[in-house]
Amino acid sequence: MTTPVLEARGVTMRFGGLTAVRSVDFTVNAGEIVGLIGPNGAGKTTFFNCLTGLYVPTEGTVSYKGTVLPPKPHLVTQAGIARTFQNIRLFANMTVLENVLVGRHTRTKEGLWSALLRGPGFKKAERASEERAMELLEFIGLAHKRDHLARNLPYGEQRKLEIARAMASEPGLLLLDEPTAGMNPQETRATEELVFAIRDKGIAVLLIEHDMRFVFNLSDRVAVLVQGEKLVEGTSDVVQADERVIAAYLGEPFEGDPGEAEAAEVEAAEAAASADAPSTTSSTKGEAK
Amino acid sequence: MVQWLTFTAGVLTALFALAAYGIRGLGWLLPARNNAPLVLTALGGFAVTWFTVIAISAELGGVVNLEPGGWIAAIASLLPVLGAFALPQERPDADGTKEALKAYIAKPDRIPAPQATSGWVQRAVITAVTIIGLGVFTYGIDTEYGELFVGYLFVVTFAMWAIHTAGLLDRFSALVAANRSFTLAMGFAAAIAFPFTQTDDHYANIGVNILIFGTVALGLNIVVGLAGLLDLGYVAFLGVGAYTAALVSGSEFSTISGVHLPFWASALAGAAASLVFGVLIGAPTLRLRGDYLAIVTLGFGEIFRIAVNNMDGDSGPDVTNGPNGISNIPDLNLLGFNFGQAHDLGGFTLGRFANYYLLMVLIMAIVVLVYTRAADSRIGRSWIAIREDETAATAMGINGFRVKLVAFALGAALAGLAGTVSAHVTYSVVPTPYQFAGSTPPNSAFLLAAVVLGGMGTVAGPLLGAALLYLLPEKLVFLQDKSLLAFGIALILLMRFRPEGIIANRRRQLEFHETGQLDVPKQTTLTDEPAVTKAGA
Ligand SMILES: Nc1ncnc2c1ncn2[C@@H]1O[C@H](COP(=O)(O)OP(=O)(O)OP(=O)(O)O)[C@@H](O)[C@H]1O
Ligand SMILES: [Mg+2]
Repeated sequence: MTTPVLEARGVTMRFGGLTAVRSVDFTVNAGEIVGLIGPNGAGKTTFFNCLTGLYVPTEGTVSYKGTVLPPKPHLVTQAGIARTFQNIRLFANMTVLENVLVGRHTRTKEGLWSALLRGPGFKKAERASEERAMELLEFIGLAHKRDHLARNLPYGEQRKLEIARAMASEPGLLLLDEPTAGMNPQETRATEELVFAIRDKGIAVLLIEHDMRFVFNLSDRVAVLVQGEKLVEGTSDVVQADERVIAAYLGEPFEGDPGEAEAAEVEAAEAAASADAPSTTSSTKGEAK
Repeated sequence: MVQWLTFTAGVLTALFALAAYGIRGLGWLLPARNNAPLVLTALGGFAVTWFTVIAISAELGGVVNLEPGGWIAAIASLLPVLGAFALPQERPDADGTKEALKAYIAKPDRIPAPQATSGWVQRAVITAVTIIGLGVFTYGIDTEYGELFVGYLFVVTFAMWAIHTAGLLDRFSALVAANRSFTLAMGFAAAIAFPFTQTDDHYANIGVNILIFGTVALGLNIVVGLAGLLDLGYVAFLGVGAYTAALVSGSEFSTISGVHLPFWASALAGAAASLVFGVLIGAPTLRLRGDYLAIVTLGFGEIFRIAVNNMDGDSGPDVTNGPNGISNIPDLNLLGFNFGQAHDLGGFTLGRFANYYLLMVLIMAIVVLVYTRAADSRIGRSWIAIREDETAATAMGINGFRVKLVAFALGAALAGLAGTVSAHVTYSVVPTPYQFAGSTPPNSAFLLAAVVLGGMGTVAGPLLGAALLYLLPEKLVFLQDKSLLAFGIALILLMRFRPEGIIANRRRQLEFHETGQLDVPKQTTLTDEPAVTKAGA
């Protein structure tokens, strides 16, 4: 259970003068559901982009099951990390089934020649891909809509389809960027079930969420990112009780202009907290286990 | 000849009128049960008559010189139009004149479902439509003067519009979808039949040029339509193929005139040379996103033309003979069949161009096969994914650079292949046709227009677009320097009213018109039942 799937070491992302992510160490273990929360603009999505190679981190490395990943999105997916996007990025004018089939890209290898010659191997591979894709559509409950265009699905189903598409690449780790954004409570509950079911398939899940109830229900561990830095990390209870987290969320209006006093306050709170509960909480400065 | 056009429009109007009246046995003509087709065919007849009258009076130097027959025809053609508009509204609930007018010229959203038909009836229908289509197409190519061609376009446009509003086109697309390979076979049979319907080799010449143009457009459709890469210098690949074939054709003007390869070898050489150029252009630029590719390909197209213009031994190495080009390219000889001579085949005489036409049909068949097979496969899906959303596609594990390069190189190779035939058809290759824009095809702008106008991402679209775009400048020489203007106006109108192109890809159609699609799911309210019952269980 404690073999790390994902290990990020000192990941830093700078955009010109803005440091969106500041030397974050982060670990996800096999079979875990880990939550990543933080106020708007904290750098959560940027961190995801660094993990998946969409951004080349200014500093730091990301490794998957012990091997350091090159910052190329297709190689990261090939290695076994799949993701969804905060703003749904389906292939809008492809059908539901085709979307999932594209997700199978890294696990199939038929090139142009075999497509042109259409030998028995090609047909077998296509059939197998389609079967696998249909299994996934059954899993998320969209099998009956296989021939609908992705753009015509209701919002909640689009989110689910994105998850199915990501799962089609047979990942060992699934990154979900705000999977319940824009969903009604019923759909959110259904998504919760879905995430548990994914974990039960042996896929570790790392998810960004603003819905606190959702995150704290699901996650084995929650990390809090504030202004690019990992502030707290620990079990749901610990993070929920942490004053710095509350301060970070309440202090959000001042986010653009963090006053001297505020910074000192956070610092003080941090020091106090690490003195209170050093065993369960690790701040950014602490060693990630 | 004009009488044929008015006669056809009249017959169509009468048929739709009788069908609307409820005559037994004609109900199938009007699946949508509306009056719009009647209005449109009547308008078509009216338009072609009046256009003729105006054209004749312009020729005669004034309306006064018109014969009484002309007057009578002009007024008579007005009657069906008035009659059609006088018919009862099928949408009395329509509010406002705009809505009311729309009911007369638009396809209704809801069309009753068709009755099930047996397989052989479907095939018979497809065969009949193919024969009619060949007839209509042949008539268009064989029109002897520009005004007649314009009249023809009027009738065809209004007739197609009427058939569309009647819901017949939807019915036919459903038939085609159900009998895809049969339709493809019929299409090729019709293409092969075309030269046998012609007595004048001049029209076979038009035919072979349309095929070359269409084949290249289909190759471009892989690049633009599937992979979404805007290539503004595509015609250069046709040029690379043509020049390669000319160099190895054994022409005495070729700088390597000693080399005379058999056709299969020169076809492969032409395709391979284009492929190499495709990779050379693509490799540095396809890593970039956005408009860079368009700019670089535009530049490459021009560089190619200017380079072959200068490789004459004076300003550069002696390869292409500069502006004089390579002429006297010998005719092909395949297995003792000399393409340069007329051959008698079962009572039909096939001239030189008809021979090349049939060869081009074969090449086009190859390109169609490559296109359809590539599109419906792992690589085709990754092209479409890249076109839809490159970031998401790479996050799904697609190596964007690699699959784009494959699309680009494949498109280039297909254009090069077509170029090898075109070199032999035209006897000589010169730099001038291989430019970005010009008033006659093929040039990159026309190729792109053929793809967009015909319908991106379809097989029939670029072929139809190419046929239209070839015939327009060919037939409209009487417009002279205004032909490009007329052409531009036509393009703008088409893009305004049918942005997905004449033949719509199912996807594109949904993209531009949300309504009236069966595919749009009903917005059902969510049930309490958790959606992941299967997953949870
Ligand atoms: N490509 C970029 N170029 C410049 N700045 C960027 C870029 N991407 C993100 N940023 C900046 O980095 C910061 C972090 O943004 P990010 O999207 O990661 O926040 P987030 O935590 O995901 O917020 P939200 O909860 O709103 O999704 C923001 O200030 C944002 O403006
Ligand atoms: Mg975000």
